[in-house]
Amino acid sequence: MIWLDTVVQGLLLGGLYALFAAGLSLVFGIMRLVNLAHGDLIIFAAFLILVVVELTGLNPFLCALIAAPALFAFGWALQRFVLNRVLGKDILPPLLVTFGLSVALQNGMLEVFSADSRRIRAGALESASIDLGPVTVGIMPLLTFASAVLVIFALNRIFYFSALGRAFRATSDDAVTASLMGIDPRSVFAIATGLAMVTVTIAALYLGMRSNFDPSVGPARLIYAFEAVIIGGLGSLWGTLLGGAIIGVAQTVGAQINPEWQVLTGHLAFLVVLLVRPRGLFPRAVD
Amino acid sequence: MMQVTVTARTRASTLAGVAALGLIGLGVILPAFASRSLIQDLFFILTMLTLAQVWNLIAGYGGMVSVGQQAFVGIGAYAMFAGVILWGWDPVPAILLGGVAALVLAVPMAFFAFRLQGAYFAIGTWVIAEVTRLLVAQWKTLGGGTGTSLPREATADIIGVDALARLFGLRDAAARDVLAYWLALALAVGTMAAIYALLRSRNGLALAAVRDNDNAARSVGVDAVRLKWLVFLAAAAMTGLVGALIYVQTARISPDAAFSVTNWTAYVIFIVVIGGIGRLEGPIVGVIVFWGLQTAFADYGSWYLLALGLIAIVVMLFAPRGLWGLFADRTQIALFAVQRRLVVENPSATPRKTNGKAAP
Amino acid sequence: MLQTHALTAAYGQFKALFGIDIEVGPGECVAIIGANGAGKTTLLRSISGVLRNVPGMVMHMGEAIGAMPADAVMRRGIAMVPEGRRLFPSLSVEENLLIGGQVRRGDGRWTLETVYQLFPILKERRLSPGTALSGGQQQMVAIGRALMSNPALLLCDEISLGLAPVVIRDIYAALPRIRETGAAVVIVEQDIARALSVADRVYCLMEGRVTLAGPAAGITREAVHAAYFGEAA
Repeated sequence: MIWLDTVVQGLLLGGLYALFAAGLSLVFGIMRLVNLAHGDLIIFAAFLILVVVELTGLNPFLCALIAAPALFAFGWALQRFVLNRVLGKDILPPLLVTFGLSVALQNGMLEVFSADSRRIRAGALESASIDLGPVTVGIMPLLTFASAVLVIFALNRIFYFSALGRAFRATSDDAVTASLMGIDPRSVFAIATGLAMVTVTIAALYLGMRSNFDPSVGPARLIYAFEAVIIGGLGSLWGTLLGGAIIGVAQTVGAQINPEWQVLTGHLAFLVVLLVRPRGLFPRAVD
Repeated sequence: MMQVTVTARTRASTLAGVAALGLIGLGVILPAFASRSLIQDLFFILTMLTLAQVWNLIAGYGGMVSVGQQAFVGIGAYAMFAGVILWGWDPVPAILLGGVAALVLAVPMAFFAFRLQGAYFAIGTWVIAEVTRLLVAQWKTLGGGTGTSLPREATADIIGVDALARLFGLRDAAARDVLAYWLALALAVGTMAAIYALLRSRNGLALAAVRDNDNAARSVGVDAVRLKWLVFLAAAAMTGLVGALIYVQTARISPDAAFSVTNWTAYVIFIVVIGGIGRLEGPIVGVIVFWGLQTAFADYGSWYLLALGLIAIVVMLFAPRGLWGLFADRTQIALFAVQRRLVVENPSATPRKTNGKAAP
Repeated sequence: MLQTHALTAAYGQFKALFGIDIEVGPGECVAIIGANGAGKTTLLRSISGVLRNVPGMVMHMGEAIGAMPADAVMRRGIAMVPEGRRLFPSLSVEENLLIGGQVRRGDGRWTLETVYQLFPILKERRLSPGTALSGGQQQMVAIGRALMSNPALLLCDEISLGLAPVVIRDIYAALPRIRETGAAVVIVEQDIARALSVADRVYCLMEGRVTLAGPAAGITREAVHAAYFGEAA
């Protein structure tokens, strides 16, 4: 019974990791951009939501709704004015720029918010749970997982069934020919990053409600997010969800054996999958 | 018939070579009159310089962008600690254990990472470094998660410290610093000499070819796989030696510190980027700038780091080849003669030198 | 409608065009012939905005478009069928067509339905990935994709390249229907006979310069030979 419980907890944790990873998957899939500041951007969004909560006293979900457009604009501007300038065949410039951004963000937040641990209060929701027969699950993890599924579903619909999604896929395939179709790749990339920041906002909401956070915890989230994306395979959003689930389950199983092993088993699962499938489980045909 | 030879030497490089010898000589006798804090600063500069040159080799010249070199710093340091604490070695020879341990770790890391490309490779190396850190943190004998220090008996008795103390009239602690400094100087000079030799050799030319276009290089017979393994392993060993040396000086270790992404990868990458990636002169410029910033602004804590991050962004946007790159592009000067040129001699006329620049 | 004035273009230090003057009138069909490396594709890339030049070098309807990026040029009604087809592998046939008309609809004469009427085989394969089709079919998709924006000027870069003669004949059979809607067409071709058979006027390029210009009807084989290969050949 305890193992079933462990696996279920792991799956739900995977939902959180998939939320971390969704935006990354989108951006990585469209422009091969490795954004090393992604984790810190999640923390940044969490702090922003906290600020809105403190200013308005509203429910955190509403505050996230208010913060989302601001974060979209931030992501759009970041891509348009900074990251677009370093995109190219060389992976090093975007890696280094986002590395710099990561350090700048962490320390900026440290100065403004101090190193104190924070939490987004969600009231009764934090400890509520529901009986699902053989296991009892917390409402919060369940909501998180459900949100992850919803976000991935929505992103997928955009990606495969909308004109914007066509533009995403075409620009990712061949930016020059896409421009011959009247599409401005720089604009497409900027919208993609903006969209990614919206998913980051949702991820930040659930992260902040679930556990304490402070300016330094970004990079750890980044690793889990990347592991989920890479396990899933380039360009596969459902793969990212599966990747998150695999990392989540590996972590909870590891923690069950020995609490000190939680993070380690997650990493080992990642390495094992990559050993067998260097391009992930569901990579796109085109790379 | 025309005589064609390949040469790399320039006037600037010859001058620089002479100057370098002079600098090294100065460096050796420096402890005779330098203050202790200067020696300590130079230790920091020299060790960071070595790490930066090595990272520049694999990423800038080899095209292997690793974000996991901290694995080798950490394992090197821990191997040295193991030698001292578990087997009673003197810390200085135990440094060699660091190089060996890093080499051993590099084998599975390369085996795994070379299956991956580009961004996947980078993340893969980072994860492996994390796994190493987590595993080492389980090693209770060496302090587990909280770490440990070198035992007093070991640090009090390091080879050569007594002789140094008497030679320079210093106290033991200061003499240890001098010994560490000399080792760092030897390591820095040795590493740069080795890298320079590699780049001047046929393997160096092959490495540049692999970086530019893996498939094309293979099609002309370059054994890209063997070359990358060679460079990666050598880099790991050198990094391991530096890691061990750094922790001989610090004498206190913990997994978080020894495997720190910030100190051993972020700062190193900053140094290479700001100085200029893909050129030997770059890290030298970079480490001086970095040390200068560190000295002037370290008191400002996170403002300093924030500024460092912003500087990295600005440099990559506007000077992607770094400060040295800006300088070299304007003046065409190279201190390390690595760029090959054709010298064409026509027996019926005076010899002419052509600059071997191909059309893009 | 479209003119180039002393158009020059270079790839780094390698100069490809040395002052090209060509003209395309509304509804005209102009052929550009020349050997490999003569600069034909470079010319089309300069017009379509893939290569950026001095603004005044390319004039369209009185507007200087030489320095505009490709997406801005396309929005003004100049569509390109690129060399090598360049369909989007991640998109199906139908999506490839749709994306052609996504940013600009023009006067709406060419739609998904009318393109399928022009190339019926595409309707059968509409859900296949773009690159799963034969060369000839891919060429049809590429042309249809460009038509979806209802361009006033259609640039066709080597549409017969790598195709069997039977297939080429089918593709060229579509040209009259395309011209019926009033679009001007520029055809870059290595197949001289084919080019002369459909064009109103012809330019010949050699090593980045125009060596022959005139109505297709009046061109002799000798003139083409001299212009194509140069007098010394």
